[in-house]
Formats: sequence, C-alpha cells, structure tokens
Amino acid sequence: MIAPLISFSHVSKSFDGGRVQAVDDVSLDVAEGEFLAIVGGSGSGKTTLLRLANRLIEPSTGSITVAGEDVTSVDPIGLRRRIGYVFQSGGLFPHMSVADNIGITPRLLGIPSDEISARVDELLDLVRLDRTHHRDRFPHELSGGQRQRVGVARALAARPRIVLMDEPFGALDPLTRDALGDDYRALHKQLGLTTIMITHDMTEAILLADRVAVMRSGKLLAEGTPTDLSQSDDPYVGELLGTPRRQAARLQMLLPKDDGGGAA
Amino acid sequence: MSLFTDPRWSEALGHLPDYLGNHVRVSVTALALGLAISLPLAIVARNRPVLRGALLGLASIVQTVPGLALLALFYPLLLALAALSLQWFGAGFSAFGFLPSVLALALYSMLPVLRNTITGLDGVDAALTEAAQGVGMTPQQSLFMVELPLALPVMMAGIRTSAVWVIGTATLSTPIGQTSLGNYIFAGLQTQNWVFVLFGCFAAALLALAVDQLLALIETGIRLRQRVRTAIGALGIAALVVATLVRSLSYSGLRVVVGAKTFSEQYVLAALMAQRLQAAGLPATTREGLGSNVIYDALGSGDIDVYVDYSGTLWANQFHHTDVKPREELLGILKDTLAKASITLFGELGFANAYALVMPRRKAEALGIKSIADLASHTSTMTMAADYEFFSRPEWAGLQKAYGIAFRAQRQMQPDFMYAAVASGEVDVIAGYTSDGLIAKYDLVVLDDPKYAIPPYDAIMLLAPKRGNDQALRAALQPLLGRIDIATMREANLRAAGNDATSSPDVVARWLWEKIGRK
Repeated sequence: MIAPLISFSHVSKSFDGGRVQAVDDVSLDVAEGEFLAIVGGSGSGKTTLLRLANRLIEPSTGSITVAGEDVTSVDPIGLRRRIGYVFQSGGLFPHMSVADNIGITPRLLGIPSDEISARVDELLDLVRLDRTHHRDRFPHELSGGQRQRVGVARALAARPRIVLMDEPFGALDPLTRDALGDDYRALHKQLGLTTIMITHDMTEAILLADRVAVMRSGKLLAEGTPTDLSQSDDPYVGELLGTPRRQAARLQMLLPKDDGGGAA
Repeated sequence: MSLFTDPRWSEALGHLPDYLGNHVRVSVTALALGLAISLPLAIVARNRPVLRGALLGLASIVQTVPGLALLALFYPLLLALAALSLQWFGAGFSAFGFLPSVLALALYSMLPVLRNTITGLDGVDAALTEAAQGVGMTPQQSLFMVELPLALPVMMAGIRTSAVWVIGTATLSTPIGQTSLGNYIFAGLQTQNWVFVLFGCFAAALLALAVDQLLALIETGIRLRQRVRTAIGALGIAALVVATLVRSLSYSGLRVVVGAKTFSEQYVLAALMAQRLQAAGLPATTREGLGSNVIYDALGSGDIDVYVDYSGTLWANQFHHTDVKPREELLGILKDTLAKASITLFGELGFANAYALVMPRRKAEALGIKSIADLASHTSTMTMAADYEFFSRPEWAGLQKAYGIAFRAQRQMQPDFMYAAVASGEVDVIAGYTSDGLIAKYDLVVLDDPKYAIPPYDAIMLLAPKRGNDQALRAALQPLLGRIDIATMREANLRAAGNDATSSPDVVARWLWEKIGRK
C-alpha cells in the first residue's frame, strides 16, 4: 500500500478538562483517491474526528498527518484552504450570493475575480445547477438540495485533493439525497478526490463509500469494505448492518421485477 | 393674533441656520467619536466576559447620570486640563462649548452601540462562524466578512438609538456654551416664550427623525445590497454635515461675543449690549443660557467678551467671601480682585438684582411682617421656595445664621413659576430677585434685611482680558453704564416675562434703549 494521504495515529481528544472523551485512541489511514465513510450515532465522536483532520480542533494526544505533514506543524488557515469542507445543511453564508459563496476560498487565496467568476460557472455546471438561474440567488431562495449542491461546489472551488463532508445529505428528502449522493460519487471519481464523509446512515455509507469505519463512544469499532464489515463479530456493527440488510430483503420482496437494480 | 401669524415664528426661523447648524455639528461629531470608541471596544470585549461586564456596567452608569449633569461635569474637568496644557505645552484650548459637549454626548452614545454590537455578534449562528473557519478564513476575515455583516441589523438598531439620544440630549449643551436647538428651549423657558420652546422641541425631533431615517436607509441598503439606498443615506448625512460647515465658515470672524446667564434679565441685557455694539459697527453675537459657574470662566478664557454679573454673586460664589462688606467697599475689592485675573470691571449699570425674601403684601400686612427679623418667628410653620441654586449659596447660610430662620419645608423651582406659587399661596415665602418685574405684577413685598445678611448685588459689566483696552467696544457700551435704574429694569423684566411677540429679548432691549436713551 502506498503512503496514506490522511493518517490518524493514536488520536485522542477530550473536552472539558478530560471529563468528556470525544475521540479515544483512534488510528485510521485514508489512501489517495479513497472514499471513506465514518458511521456512528450522535456522540460517537465521528464529527470530532473529521474536524481534527483540517485542524478546526486540535488533538489532545496522537498525531494526524495530511500528505505526510503533521497538521499541527502547518499553518491551519492554509491547510483549511487546501481541504474542501461540506457542512451539515450547507453552512452557506446567508448574506452572500451563490456565486460569492462558491468563490469564497479562491477569493481568500487572492485569485483574480474574473478567474473566480469563470471557476464559479464551471462549478455550477459540475454540481448541475443552472448558471444563469442560480448564480445571483441568495441561499434562502434555494431548496435544500440546491443549497447542498452549492455547499459541494464551494468545497471544490479551490481544487482541493481532499474533501471532508459532515453529514452532507442528512437533512434532504430521500429522492434528492439519492441523486446528490450519486452525483457526488461521480465527481469524486472524475476529479480523483479523496473523501471522508460522516454519516449516521449505514445504507448511505455502503452505497457511496469504498470503505466504511464504524465509531461508537469515541472508539473505532471496525473498518473495511462492506464485505469486511459483514464478517465483523462486533454486535454493534451487526446491528448497524441489520437495517440495510432488512431493507434490501424487503425491497427485493416488494419489487421483484426491478432486476435488483434499485439499491445498487 | 393667532398662533400661526405670531411674528415669533419668523424670529425663531431666523435663528434656525445658526442653531441647527451647531446642533448637527456637535451631534454628528459626538456620534462619530462615540462610534469610533465603542465599536472596537465591543469587538474586543465580546469574547472577554470580565471586560464586557465592566464596559456594559460603566456605560449603564453613565446613562443614569442626567444629561445636564454629565455635560456640566465636563466643563471644569476640561478647564483644568486646558490650564495644565497651557502650563506644560504653552498652548491651551477652549474648555467651553463644543469640546465638553462632544465628549459628554459621545459618552452618552456608547451604551446602545456597545450593547447592540455585542448582542449582534453573539447572535451570529455558531455553524456560520465554523463554516467561515472551515473555508479558510482568518479570525479577522471571519469578523469582517461574516460576523459583522450578519450582526449589522442589530448594530444599526443600536446606532440609530444612539443617534436619537444624542440629538435629543444635545439640546442640553446650551448651558455649557454650545449653541444648539436647546437655545430655543432655554430662552423660551426663561422668557416664557412658548413659541420658542415648541419650535426648539419640534426642530430637535424632526432632526432626530431625519437622521434616524437616513441611517435606516443605509442599513437596508447594506443588507439588501442596494448601493443606491446606501448612497442616498450616506449622501443625506454628508449633506447635513457639509451644510452646517459652510454655514459656520461664513460665521467665523472677529465677532464680539456677549454672554448671558439663564434668566430673562440676562437675555435682555445681552440683547441690549449686542444691539449697541452692532449700532457702533462692531459685529456682535450672543451666547445665551450659560450656567452661572460657566460664564465667569468663559470670560476669563476669552470664549465670551463681555457679560453682566452681580457684585454679590462674584463676591460670595466666585471668590468665596463669607463676610459682607458695604456696597462701595465691596465693589472696590472686587475691582482689584478681577484686575488680577486681567478682567475689567467696566462699571455698574445702575440697578441691583439682589436676592430678597419676598411674600404677598396682603399676608405680610396681616401678620405684621416688614423685615426678615419679623418673619423669623413665623418660619417654623411656613414653606419657602427658591431657584435651583439659592439654598446652596452662602447668603442662605448667612440669612439662617443672622436671623435664626428655619422653614418647615424648602422647595426648589423654576424662577418664573416661583412668583406664581407664592402669589397663589402654594408657598409662603420665596427668595425672589429685587429687579424682577413680577414683584409688582403679583403685588408682592420685599422684606427688609436690617442685619445686612445678603450682600449687595449691583449689576456690573465685565470685559474679557483681550477686550479691556478695546476702545471701540468700550465706547459702544459706555452709554449703558449707570443708566438703568431698578424701576426701569423691573419694567423691562416684566415686559420680557410676557408671552407674546413684544416680549422677545430683542424687542424689550430696544424698548429699554429708547427709555434710557431719552433720559
């Protein structure tokens, strides 16, 4: 295996002077071009782990490297500008237009505005939003799905190699969510991205990611391809896999004529 | 004469460019200074709970100090600073009018700006500040690109509140020598010119509304990203400022400034002096409604050039003498003392405006009271009223000591209402002024002071150090000296106390000149 692009090594993070152990001795590698999903319930530490990767928070112990560099030894601002981040329910700035939201990181990097403008158009095409129609809109004028597409476009604006996504599709209706997930997966491949996505939905994780990590109470319980996971003897992992299994079986039964294409 | 055809409206309108211009200038400067201090303070303090609590506490305390007191406090403070600066750097500055007003009003403007800025910044969704961090903003970029724009509506609400407060409170800067729309109100109250009072109130309210709406325009302009709105609002504010500056440029020049204290006799005398100066070809203007403690220092520092004071007031209040000397001797000592401060005691006008205990003639006769000595045995069942300063003046202590008087109750009131109160029996005795025309009007009697507990109060004209040898000025004012007797002054004061067009200080001053000019 080539050197991982992102590597967590014995990382722990505690809050409130050690009373809350959010992340507990996690070691995890993400290879270049990989799509990793981290699955867990609320309070499992999955979001904390993600924020450690672009130094929105700092680890209590352990080390995190991105492209071989320890994140605590690089300028956090520069690091964050190099890494795309998609926030839960968008995190768009309500006082900025769609174009300004998408162009924000390039603007911070000092890229000339005509270049940013061209890049915004390119990104709108990429996330399948209509240029003329959406460019000058404000976030409150968009639907939830459109807002999240803008969020993805914003994360990609400065051509990052890495994209971190914090429950990006959690608040969307199932149809939008499905379409957006597929579109992102295609982008991930097309642009050669390395993606870490946080989700509480095992089905989504299995459908989108190459590899799935399961977290609970700050600990990494299991990680691997869906096939690897299905062989885990951890009862919590089994419980998490139970839902997609039941859904698949029930769908198979209810939609026999669908040739099994619905879920795959 | 109906309310609308009253010529005092046009007289009020004539003062508007001067008063409004000064009002806008002092308010806008104070607001700008207040913003320049409170906005950075609020931003620094928002994440520091101790500093934040201290700042908001301090600003709240400032807010509880009555506006007039806050303004008045800055005058002696700055005067001391100016003296120090003169001593250390050889250059003083005027502690009069503009500067103390701006400082006090700026302090006054801080609370709403501080509070709303902190609240507004606190109200920004944490998910958005995190997103700002996540897209790679520095804390400063996050503040200017995300937090401040999102907090802007709440901040603007604070700024608008401040603006309205400052414009309203600026009317109180008149007594410390800053011309403002308050000149209408103070002059109107003193001379019972309700047209002026109303005019001043409406003008201040309209100005506050206009500025508030212009700021609202800027706010919605920024929020809706409509440059036109923002530009119109900003242009409106800029136009206000420029208009007042142009006016003040044309006003500058070597004018003689005539000072007046806060009562109608002073307004009339100031108008009279200004008329005489103008008649002699000297450009003159008046600064009215100055506090008793402010006006003497203003003369000493050359902020005003001439005014009329009363010998006893200077004797007891300014120079802190506790004894009382005969009239001539007292004037002689005063003249020497004033000369040491390079102030010229130009001369006496001819009348005295002394404090005196005054009561209704009928009641005095019924009780057989002719002098304060006769009154003494009745005071334990009587109520006395006086103006705001009398009970803290040395002559009140002197009176109490000399005659052993102790009233059942003491009340302070606006001088003009005092006479009506004693005439109607609401109070039994008042500390009136001997030159007041209302004594005759209400059929009151002045009680004798056989023990000479109250010093003499000859009206004397004082000249500022730089005007002491100004021969043109002396020649213009010389004809007023020794010409105004007590009866004439009483009649003038009675005229000025009326409530119609013939009672404006200018009109009464002209009447007074005709009367004494004919002698």
